[in-house]
Amino acid sequence: MHKENQPLIFELTKEERTGYSLPELDVPEVDLSELFPEELIRQEAAELPEVAELDIMRHYTALSKRNHGVDSGFYPLGSCTMKYNPKINENVARFAGFANIHPLQEESTVQGAMELMYDLQEHLKEITGMDEVTLQPAAGAHGEWTGLMMIRAFHEANGDMNRTKVIVPDSAHGTNPASATVAGFETVTVKSNEHGLVDLEDLKRVVDENTAALMLTNPNTLGLFEEQILEMAAIIHEVGGKLYYDGANLNAVMSKARPGDMGFDVVHLNLHKTFTGPHGGGGPGSGPVGVQKDLIPYLPKPVLVKKGERFTFEYDRPESIGRVKPFYGNFGINVRAYTYIRTMGPDGLKAVTEYAVLNANYMMRKLAPHFDLPYDRHCKHEFVLSGRRQKKLGVRTLDMAKRLLDFGYHPPTIYFPLNVEEGMMIEPTETESKETLDAFIDAMIQIAKEAEDNPEVVQNAPHTTVISRLDETQAARKPVLRYYKPE
Amino acid sequence: MKHRYLPMTSQDEKEMLEAIGVQSIDELFNDIPEKVRFKGEYNIKAAKSESSLMKELGRIASKNANTNDYASFLGAGVYDHYKPVIVDHVISRSEFYTAYTPYQPEISQGELQAIFEFQTMISELTGMDIANSSMYDGGTALAEAGMLAAGHTKRKKILVSQAVHPETRDVVRTYALGQSIEVEEIPLKNGHTDVEALKEMVDDNVAAVMVQYPNFFGQVENLTALEPVIHEAGALFAVSSNPLALGALTPPGKLGADITVGDAQPFGIAEAFGGPHCGYFAVTKKLMRKVPGRLVGETVDEDGRRGFVLTLQAREQHIRRDKATSNICSNQALNALAASVAMTALGKVGTAQMAKQNISKTYYMKQQLEKAGFDIAFDGAHFNEIVVKTGVPVKEVNAKLLDFHIIGGYDLGRSYEELKGHMLVAVTEQRTKEEIDAFVQELAAAVREMGATHA
Repeated sequence: MHKENQPLIFELTKEERTGYSLPELDVPEVDLSELFPEELIRQEAAELPEVAELDIMRHYTALSKRNHGVDSGFYPLGSCTMKYNPKINENVARFAGFANIHPLQEESTVQGAMELMYDLQEHLKEITGMDEVTLQPAAGAHGEWTGLMMIRAFHEANGDMNRTKVIVPDSAHGTNPASATVAGFETVTVKSNEHGLVDLEDLKRVVDENTAALMLTNPNTLGLFEEQILEMAAIIHEVGGKLYYDGANLNAVMSKARPGDMGFDVVHLNLHKTFTGPHGGGGPGSGPVGVQKDLIPYLPKPVLVKKGERFTFEYDRPESIGRVKPFYGNFGINVRAYTYIRTMGPDGLKAVTEYAVLNANYMMRKLAPHFDLPYDRHCKHEFVLSGRRQKKLGVRTLDMAKRLLDFGYHPPTIYFPLNVEEGMMIEPTETESKETLDAFIDAMIQIAKEAEDNPEVVQNAPHTTVISRLDETQAARKPVLRYYKPE
Repeated sequence: MKHRYLPMTSQDEKEMLEAIGVQSIDELFNDIPEKVRFKGEYNIKAAKSESSLMKELGRIASKNANTNDYASFLGAGVYDHYKPVIVDHVISRSEFYTAYTPYQPEISQGELQAIFEFQTMISELTGMDIANSSMYDGGTALAEAGMLAAGHTKRKKILVSQAVHPETRDVVRTYALGQSIEVEEIPLKNGHTDVEALKEMVDDNVAAVMVQYPNFFGQVENLTALEPVIHEAGALFAVSSNPLALGALTPPGKLGADITVGDAQPFGIAEAFGGPHCGYFAVTKKLMRKVPGRLVGETVDEDGRRGFVLTLQAREQHIRRDKATSNICSNQALNALAASVAMTALGKVGTAQMAKQNISKTYYMKQQLEKAGFDIAFDGAHFNEIVVKTGVPVKEVNAKLLDFHIIGGYDLGRSYEELKGHMLVAVTEQRTKEEIDAFVQELAAAVREMGATHA
């Protein structure tokens, strides 16, 4: 990695330098003071950079060298499905007919875009086993909230005004309880049992007539399949609640088990995970939501429908929860996901899941002798190790994660899920070769040995990165969230 | 199966199964109960080779009328602007676009610094103290502003101007529903938020008053008239703003806004049929710890070198879980990067110049429409949009304009009963004089042909 500190773009500024080429002004220039009240005319220009085009390219190239992506190296970040991001997706999303179209154009002029969206919906319906899909939510958490708002509308339409509780397992993603709160629900936690699965007895205890929904990830965040899913569905449905599927881990079960067949009523998908979004350094994502028949009336509007050979947006949906986003979702990400699905086909998607699970189990078995494996059974697409053993030697999971940086790897997700002490959540994905997995396994084993023989080298890691560990306490205590031009 | 994204060979597979101690991959799925097991393959389209898929999708794309081939006068929140070509070169660097959220700062300094720079640029343009790392879009950003205000003031009502984008108002209402917040709309007066009506409506139950600047009709709201009314009632002043316009207009931060949000799409981001774009969220220092989403802060490493980290994370869902006031996780990082590159390229001078070009071109359009005998609906100062009365159904006019490779403006009758037969026309710096003249000529011809009379 690039070792030199890169100045801020503002520190490279020099008056008079320009990096733009605006169209010629071919109409008379107005005098703002004749058109605008004085107090609304900007007096001091915003302090934006003044740099030439090459300066800009060098700046961002330098920054990119200080960043690790999937194309830079292995990225086994659990629950994030950091698989290869196919380049064809990027080309297709940049076709003028997809990139340069306006959402409010007459429908007759965007039938191609609507056809693609419709066909993506059809594919996602088949993949999830749901009756209808909306592409409007912008990301996974947005999809969760959309799904919960629909569940809320469903209960209220049935005169069920006291369904105030949403149940989430203690191993759930943080967005689950947060989405429940934003949708106006109270969160109730259900415990995991000694096998890492939802404790059915505890579930029976917390479920009652006030239960609106149970949110589940299956396989769960430990990478374990909830074998008693049908029993759980029965418990929830018996009291009139709905079962919600967090699709973050769909990569583990494609062509093996569909949420719709497991009894789920609502599903959200993270197209930037399973369907190669890409992640973009934290977004944009796309979080479509699928529902069973009885929830269709509550879908966000407009709903894309096909009438004969024509595609149209339907706005007259009186029971809809309303809009969750302007326009129709993150179309550009949906184009990428559609391209991916069409690249893989049915046999390809099946192979994706099979290799994702094969890779995870292989790594888990190879690493199990060197770390604690809290739940010893076949995993799905990811698994969780515990660093308990190393902690006793004074080496924390955080230290081991930082030490992995020295080997050129992005570390696993750490300290999650919350029900595993010193957890390390590893998701290799199907796009990695055996050689890559073996090299990572060797690095992990070496680190486990170092924890015994030479703990300082782990405790003081990383040693090779552009910076060492950062003072996060100072960052939070005295926040500096922007640059100010020196007086 | 062999596929270019799947590197496993049969030999690899055999060795790995042995290491695991199973006979087949199928065995690894034995924990899925028989009853829910999916048998066979999905009934979806078969895989296509790279080149044939490119061709097929190219054909689908070519069914759409795109703004390379058509002169677009459609705005209403999404605009055809100059995109410096370097934007796409930067965001195509896969160190950026194939990375996850920068939770490991030692190997994410590039992304973190780029976001820190984005936060600074948005703060500068809006005149606010602090900006976050991005939101999904301008619409959901305003909705989140409402939730922040309700939480901060412990009040349960929001007033939103009817001159705010109709789809944004819809989103605000959906979010408010979840939080049991009441939403009332402030009526219009001559295409602006009616200050007198606001005075009647605002009281000590109101958490936030939301306006758009410039507003949905392109009119520049006079924030100085609204601000005292809002703050006297103890409500927060939330402004949704096109950040490009702030190259020419006094920023909301200087006019008393507590929260300024909007969409950075005008800065280098493709229209892309409505998304992904790039919401931004900026606040006063007082509200710093209530901001939704990710914030990047400056700090130092163990050797005293400057570095950047995600900070104040105690606000966020992954720490606070059900106590979090926003559930946002993924945002629009890559588009924030695109906007940063565009703002950098335009810079201090270019941003102001581009904003002013929009005003000049729209003013020229206004004059030409008036010369051709059209009425312009509202007479206040405008940015890059104006409302022209067609007197005949806009949908039909637009259908005729398409023959001349012109994408007409937004049919205001879709959202405002009283504005049937009115078109919202956007003129960005991209539209040439020739295109504007052609638009006016063909619009006049279309209206004439449709047998309408206009003054």
